[in-house]
Amino acid sequence: MRLEPIADPSLARSIAPPAIAIIATVVIASLLAMLAGANPFSVLGLILKGAFGSQFALLETLNRATPLIFTGLAIAVAFKAKFWNIGAEAQLYAGALITVVLGTGALPWPSFALIPALAIGAVLAGAVVLLVPAILKTRFGVDEVVTTLLFNFIFLLFISMLLEGPLKDPMGMGWPKSARLISEARLPRIFDGLRLHWGFALALLCACAVWVIQTRSTLGYEMRAVGLNRDAAAFAGIPVNAVLVKTALLSGGLAALAGFSEVAGLKGSLTLDLSPGFGYTGIIVAMLALLNPLGVIVSALFVAGIFVGADSMSRAAGVPTYLADMMLATALLLMVLAIMLTRFRVVRD
Amino acid sequence: MTSNAEIVLRLDAITKRFGKLVANDAISLSLHRGEVVALLGENGAGKTTLMNILFGGYTADSGSVQVFGQTLPPGNSRAALDAGVGMVHQHFTLADNLTVLENIALGAQPMTDVRLSKKEIYNKIKILSDEFNLKVDPSARVGSLAVGERQRVEILKALYRDVKILILDEPTAVLTPQEADDLFGTLSLGIKNGLSIIFISHKLHEVMAISNRVAVLRHGKLVAETLTADTDKNALSALMMGTAAKSPDITLANPGKTLLSLQDVTTPDIGNSPGLKSVSLELKAGQIVGLAGVSGNGQAALADVVGGMRMPSQGALVLNGKTLTQWSPRAAVQNGIARIPEDRHKTGTIADFDLTENAILEGYSTAPFSKGGWISWKNAKQFVTDIIEKYDVRCPGPDTRIRLLSGGNMQKLILGRVLEADPQIVLANQPVRGLDIGAVNYVHSQLLAARDRGAAVLLISEDLDEVMDLSDVIHVIAGGRLSPGFARGTMTPAELGIWMAGQGFDAQVAHAS
Repeated sequence: MRLEPIADPSLARSIAPPAIAIIATVVIASLLAMLAGANPFSVLGLILKGAFGSQFALLETLNRATPLIFTGLAIAVAFKAKFWNIGAEAQLYAGALITVVLGTGALPWPSFALIPALAIGAVLAGAVVLLVPAILKTRFGVDEVVTTLLFNFIFLLFISMLLEGPLKDPMGMGWPKSARLISEARLPRIFDGLRLHWGFALALLCACAVWVIQTRSTLGYEMRAVGLNRDAAAFAGIPVNAVLVKTALLSGGLAALAGFSEVAGLKGSLTLDLSPGFGYTGIIVAMLALLNPLGVIVSALFVAGIFVGADSMSRAAGVPTYLADMMLATALLLMVLAIMLTRFRVVRD
Repeated sequence: MTSNAEIVLRLDAITKRFGKLVANDAISLSLHRGEVVALLGENGAGKTTLMNILFGGYTADSGSVQVFGQTLPPGNSRAALDAGVGMVHQHFTLADNLTVLENIALGAQPMTDVRLSKKEIYNKIKILSDEFNLKVDPSARVGSLAVGERQRVEILKALYRDVKILILDEPTAVLTPQEADDLFGTLSLGIKNGLSIIFISHKLHEVMAISNRVAVLRHGKLVAETLTADTDKNALSALMMGTAAKSPDITLANPGKTLLSLQDVTTPDIGNSPGLKSVSLELKAGQIVGLAGVSGNGQAALADVVGGMRMPSQGALVLNGKTLTQWSPRAAVQNGIARIPEDRHKTGTIADFDLTENAILEGYSTAPFSKGGWISWKNAKQFVTDIIEKYDVRCPGPDTRIRLLSGGNMQKLILGRVLEADPQIVLANQPVRGLDIGAVNYVHSQLLAARDRGAAVLLISEDLDEVMDLSDVIHVIAGGRLSPGFARGTMTPAELGIWMAGQGFDAQVAHAS
């Protein structure tokens, strides 16, 4: 068996493998559920019900999808230009950090001014955090995979230090936790009485904006050109290094909005467990979406649905929640395989 | 002459479609023992597809391949190799960081077989290289070899595996005339030793010189198959193109003022490739300056300087009377320099961009393609549609990814991209490398037209015939040094050859001192 490249894949060829990958994920997840001692059909039903089955479940899924859309977009933007940002986690915390630094009383402004200021502050913080690896890469050729990945750990320890020191909530009973945001800094709910905040709407807006930038703007054209062929881009006069830096700024800013939205929309304060790996899961989200910004919305909902659904399923069926992680890992591996199969066909010798 | 000999390779009614395009339409072809069959055709005629099917790279929609009477399983890349068919590709498949010996042993020698010593491999290579007159040092690192030597390694690699059938894809495209003659000598020796050869080319004089039989492909069909002795260049050319090929008429130049000059320009060496050594050059309006020289003698450095990729480390670059202090690809484009890059796949185009996106690669940031940071796809589409029509780019449409185009059509798009801006200087670096006759003539006529419009043209080519045909002034580059300019018709190829070997310079220095 070997692979033969397909010169010009048909539409069916581009759609069928990812669709099959999703179906295969469900089948494998069922097998995993059986291994865990549960009825596979009831497990899948419970996941679906837990993720989308009630108003509460649906809102929970949308809330969970919100930070994933931001981090997924951050990764999609960077990977499109072949800038390998593995540090969305650090950028997310940078956004969250600025939100609590400015939103706990430092800026005594009304909501309509404070909330945009916090969002812009978060974007700038995330952009600056990714600027360092971008400059190291363009100036000195330092591999950004290494710098962005390792910076996650450094930044998390930095946050930990702040939460044990200057940012520690004096009313927090000794927990490493920041003070709560003032009420003017909190993102309001979209609908009265429904637990869904404006962060979700902002995420959708960002996805559309990124799509427009990529397909319509000169910057988007430059980013795609640099990603596909850096030599040709440089020869044509595209300032490759400047484009990489701009890409990094955009990517870091988007990831930081995840931190802003989680703190201002949901949690109200900063703790070390703000993100259960949203920055890393964003890579899965972006890959599942084939780096398409609008696809990121769909894949973030899919991934969030599995997480939320698996939580509720594990309570109901007595199956470990790790099943959700395994399902996601399966989905990612199968999707990577599917992406390959859209461009290659398997030939039997 | 060889019709009685055993048939070693038979392609039987091979058909291959890519979407609507029929790349191979029921092609049948056979090769007899000890015979050289030339496979002739324009780019996109289906030659490469046919060979890919033979080697299992593609699976034919119908038809079969038989080697020594055995039908090869379709789509198996090892089957043809195991049956004794070897191929030397146009783009070499060698590992630069390994030695010649390691490259040859790689894949041919089972990794697990420790019995065969390096000494034995070395000896076998030595015997083969003597037998076929393929001079190369088995212990040399491939990265340090010249193009001609690398090709010898490729041939040795095939011979080492005891191939009986050798396929050569455009083997002379990268060779000097002397190297090409050596290659033909090697092939004759191969025939004597029982090889059978398929020789893919579009250079008619080579086909006439080396082949016993010619098969002509056009638009995926086998349009003619004839003994070489029964045909001539004009007939073949007509068969290949569908109409008789006509090379452009050369008129005399009418040079105007100097547009770009290099004054004592020096650039650093890049790896094995020499930089420029105090080079002075003038590009005048309405004149084609040709740069002759053996590959890797500083052509790349000169092209980089003129094309905006590199600033001289010493000396001055003067454009329209002004000494440049800032120089970049974008500055070059904005100053009206049309750049036709040496490698259209790697630097000239972005394979996964469509034709529209490729057409605006240089102009996307300026009007009419950019409006306040947004791309006007409407204007871009209009631009590419005009290019497709005016430059006769054969393609399904402007939304086609450019990787699907043949080299000639890709080059036509690049020509349109740079020439539509009405440039004052044209930098043509190997503009016809790997193109077929039709495309070559087209590119040449466009360069001449640009000259006659008043542009200064710098033509860099390793093909001495091309330089001598087109250039009004010829410079030779060797070891990063530039010869004086020679007017059209004042030098013979042999005289230029002396400069190309780097000898004229010393005489010049001696004369000056």
